[in-house]
Amino acid sequence: MAKELRLMKGNEAVAEAAIRAGCDGYFGYPITPQSEVMEYLMAEKPHERTGMVVLQAESELASINMVYGGACCGKKVMTSSSSPGISLMQEGISYLAGAELPCLVVNVVRGGPGLGTIQPSQSDYFQATKGGGHGDYKLITLAPSSVQEMYDFVKVAFNLAFKYQNPAMILSDGAIGQMMEKVVLEDQIPRLTETEIIKKCPWATTGKTPDRERNIITSLDLDPARQERHNLKLQEKYKKITENEVRYETIDCEDAEYIFVAYGTSARICLKALQLAKEKGIKVGLFRPITLFPFPVNQIKEMAGKIKGILSIEMSAGQMIEDIKLAVEGKIKVEHYGKMGGIIPSPNEVLEALEQKIIGG
Amino acid sequence: MTEEIIIAGFGGQGVLSMGKILAYSGIMQDQEVSWMPSYGPEMRGGTANVTVILSDNRINSPILTQYDTAIILNQQSMDKFEPEVKPGGLLLYDPNGIIRPPERKDINIYKIEASKEASNLGLPKIFNMIVLGGYIKIKPIVKLDNVMLGLKKSLPPRYHHMIPDNEKAIKRGLEIVEDVQKV
Amino acid sequence: MAETLTKQDIIKDENIVYKKTKLMTDKVLSYCPGCGHGTTHRLVMEVIDELDAQANTIGIAPVGCSVLAYEFMDIDMQEAAHGRAPALATAIKRLMPDKFVFTYQGDGDLAAIGTGETIHAANRGENITIIFVNNGIYGMTGGQMAPTTLPGMKSSTCPYGRDVKMMGYPLKITELIARLPGTYFVTRQAVHTPANVRKTKKAIRKAFDLQKQNKGLTFVEVVSNCNSGWKMTPVKANQWMVDNMFPFYPLGDIKVDGELVK
Ligand SMILES: Cc1ncc(C[n+]2csc(CCOP(=O)(O)OP(=O)(O)O)c2C)c(N)n1
Ligand code: SF4
Ligand SMILES: [Mg+2]
Repeated sequence: MAKELRLMKGNEAVAEAAIRAGCDGYFGYPITPQSEVMEYLMAEKPHERTGMVVLQAESELASINMVYGGACCGKKVMTSSSSPGISLMQEGISYLAGAELPCLVVNVVRGGPGLGTIQPSQSDYFQATKGGGHGDYKLITLAPSSVQEMYDFVKVAFNLAFKYQNPAMILSDGAIGQMMEKVVLEDQIPRLTETEIIKKCPWATTGKTPDRERNIITSLDLDPARQERHNLKLQEKYKKITENEVRYETIDCEDAEYIFVAYGTSARICLKALQLAKEKGIKVGLFRPITLFPFPVNQIKEMAGKIKGILSIEMSAGQMIEDIKLAVEGKIKVEHYGKMGGIIPSPNEVLEALEQKIIGG
Repeated sequence: MTEEIIIAGFGGQGVLSMGKILAYSGIMQDQEVSWMPSYGPEMRGGTANVTVILSDNRINSPILTQYDTAIILNQQSMDKFEPEVKPGGLLLYDPNGIIRPPERKDINIYKIEASKEASNLGLPKIFNMIVLGGYIKIKPIVKLDNVMLGLKKSLPPRYHHMIPDNEKAIKRGLEIVEDVQKV
Repeated sequence: MAETLTKQDIIKDENIVYKKTKLMTDKVLSYCPGCGHGTTHRLVMEVIDELDAQANTIGIAPVGCSVLAYEFMDIDMQEAAHGRAPALATAIKRLMPDKFVFTYQGDGDLAAIGTGETIHAANRGENITIIFVNNGIYGMTGGQMAPTTLPGMKSSTCPYGRDVKMMGYPLKITELIARLPGTYFVTRQAVHTPANVRKTKKAIRKAFDLQKQNKGLTFVEVVSNCNSGWKMTPVKANQWMVDNMFPFYPLGDIKVDGELVK
C-alpha cells in the first residue's frame, strides 16, 4: 500500500497523530503558537472519526485537571499548550506524577519569562526535565526536531506513559509547531474498548465490580513512612526509565574533534552549521538528545573521552548545558551559545561561536 | 539538489499559500520539503514571509539567512532580503509598489508584472499564482504537472472550483516573466 | 482675500471639531480598523481626564488584543496574567483605597480563564470598576471560540458553528455577577454609533463616580465587534453585531443603585 503523505504543520501533525494513535480525549485552551492543535482536531471531527472527545476548556488549569480525570479512568488523554499555559498546568502535572497517571502534555515553547513573546524558544528545559511543579518527580520528555517527529512522538510518548504509568511531555517549540514538512502517516490504531482498558489498567477507576477491591486514585498520603515508600518507588521507576529509555541521534560524530549538543530546532540549525564547518575543514559532529529526561548522560560521557570540546546550542540562556557538564565531569571544555527572546541563532553564528568559544578559546 | 527560497510580501498577497503549493509540488516529485512562515499578530496587515526548501536529501535548518532564490512582493521585503540572496542566486520581483529596484550586480534578477496582469485578467486573487508560474519558468525545479498536483493537494476541496483559474494564472506567469540581469 | 491660509490660520481653537483625547498617548493604535477597543480606550481616558484623575488612577491591562492598552493609555498601568486582572485590582484598591482602580478585560480573559477572579472580586464587593469588552471571540489568538460565542456562530475552534450540546452555552456573565450582592452598578453598552458612544461614556463616568463613593463593584460591558475574528468587513461586522449579538446580549442597565433593573 502506498504511504500516505501529507504536508503538515507540526501542530497539525500532533493532532492527526493523536487521532490515529487511538487517543480518547484532548482538553486544551488556545494559546499561540500551538492553537492549531485544537483547531485541527475540531475541524477533523474526531468524535465522528474515532469517538475521541475534544473539548475547549475554560483555562489550562481546567484542561490539565480534565486530563487528570480521564487518566484516572485508564483513558489515553492529552493536552497541549505553550509556556505560560504549561506553567499554569504545573499543579496538575505534579498531581498526575504523584498519582502515577499516564498522559501526554505537549509544550510548544515560546519565549519567557512571563507573557514573554510568541516566538520560538527552548527556555522551558528546566521546567520540563527537572520536575516543574512541586515534589520529587520527573516527566518523560521527548524533543522532536522535525514535523515527522512531532507526529511519531505522540505514539511513542503514549506508549512510554502507559508503560511506566507516568506523564510524558513532548517539548517542542514555536518553529516546529508552525512549520510544515512532509509527514508519513500511519494507519489508525483503534481506541481501546472498556474491557481492554480494564485489562490493561486494573488500577483505573472504571467502576467497582464484585471481583476486585475498590480503586482509589490519590496523590495524598498523610503517613510519612508510607509517603516515603511511595517516593522511593517513584525514584526506582525513574531509574528504570533512565536505564532503558534513552534516545539520541549522532551525526558525523565518529571522527569529530568537536561536538555540538542540541535538540529540537537548535539541532536543525546545527545540521546546517555542520555543512558550513565541513567546507572550512572543521571536524565537528552533532549529538542530538531525543529524550531530555532521561538525558543521555553515559553516551555524552563516553564521547567526551574522544573529543576536544562541546558547544551546547540552545535557544535559552543555557539550561541543558548543566546536564552536559554533569555528564562530562570537567574532562573537556563545555560552552553555551544561544539566543533568547524568540530569536533563532543562525548557522553562521553557531559556527562562529564554535570557532571562538571552543576551537580558539 | 537543494533549493532554498524566501517568499516575502504583504499579508494577504498569498505569500504563504504560494509557498505551500511549491512545497506540495516537491512532495509530488518525492522530495523533502520544509515551509517555515513568519507568524503571530505582527502579521496583521504587515509583512509576511515564508522560507521554502526543496531537497533530495534530509533538510537541515528550516530557518535561513541566505537564499538561492528570493521572491519579493513589496519594498520592505526588497530591503530586507535582497542582501540575503547568495551570490549567483536569483531574485524575482513584482515591480508594483517597488520604489527602489534591486541593485546587486552579482545575482540574477527577473521581474514579473503579476499584479498588473492579475487585474487585467480580472482575477486579483490569483496574483500569487502568476508569480509562481514566473518562478518555475526561470527555475524548473518542480515540473508543471507536479505543481498542478500540488495545487490540488493544498487547496481544500471546497476551493477546487478555483483550480482552473489558478492553472491559467500559473501558465500566464510562464509567459510574462522578463529577465532584467543575468550573471 | 488673496492670501492663502497657513496651517496656523487653520489650527485655532474656534475651528476645532475633534481633538485627540488628552490621556491617550501618541502611539498609533494597533487594533484592526473598526474594532471597538480603540473607542472604548478613549472613553475611559476621557472620563479619567474629566475627573482630573490621571495621578489618581491605576489601570490593569488584560491578556487579549488589549494587552497593549498600557501603550495607549497615559496613566500608570499594570499588566496582569491572563484572567487575573480582578485579583490585581483587589490588592491595589485595598492597599491604596484613595485611588481609582479599573481593569480592562476581554471576554476570554474575564469570562473563561478569569471567571473565578471576576466572580470573587464582584462577590467581595471590591470598590473597583471593570470595563468588559465582549466581542464573542478570542481576537488576539486568531479567532477561537470564547465563552460568549453565540450558538451556531463559527470560530476557528468551532469551525462548523458553536454546537451547544457539545461546547456548552454562551455565558452571560454580566447577568450572573449582577445577581451578586457585592456589585452596585452593572450595565451593558456598545460603541458602534455616536449615540451609543455617548451612552457608554456616561456609564463609565457613573461607574467611576460610584467607585469614589465606595459603593461596591461597578461593571460596564461593551458589546463590540471583532471584524478580524468574525472574518467580516468592519461595516458588516457592526451590522452582524446589531442583528445577532444585541438580541442575545441586550443593551441597557442591568443593575442600578444595587438593585436589579426589572
Ligand atoms: C495562560 C495563558 N493561556 C493562554 C494565553 C493565550 N491567550 C492570549 S489572549 C487570549 C484570549 C483573548 O481573548 P479575549 O479575552 O476575548 O480578548 P480579545 O482579544 O478578544 O479582545 C488567549 C487565550 C495566554 N496568554 N496565557
Ligand atoms: S482581532 Fe478583533 S479584537 Fe483584536 S484588534 Fe482586531 S478586531 Fe479588535
Ligand atoms: Mg474577545
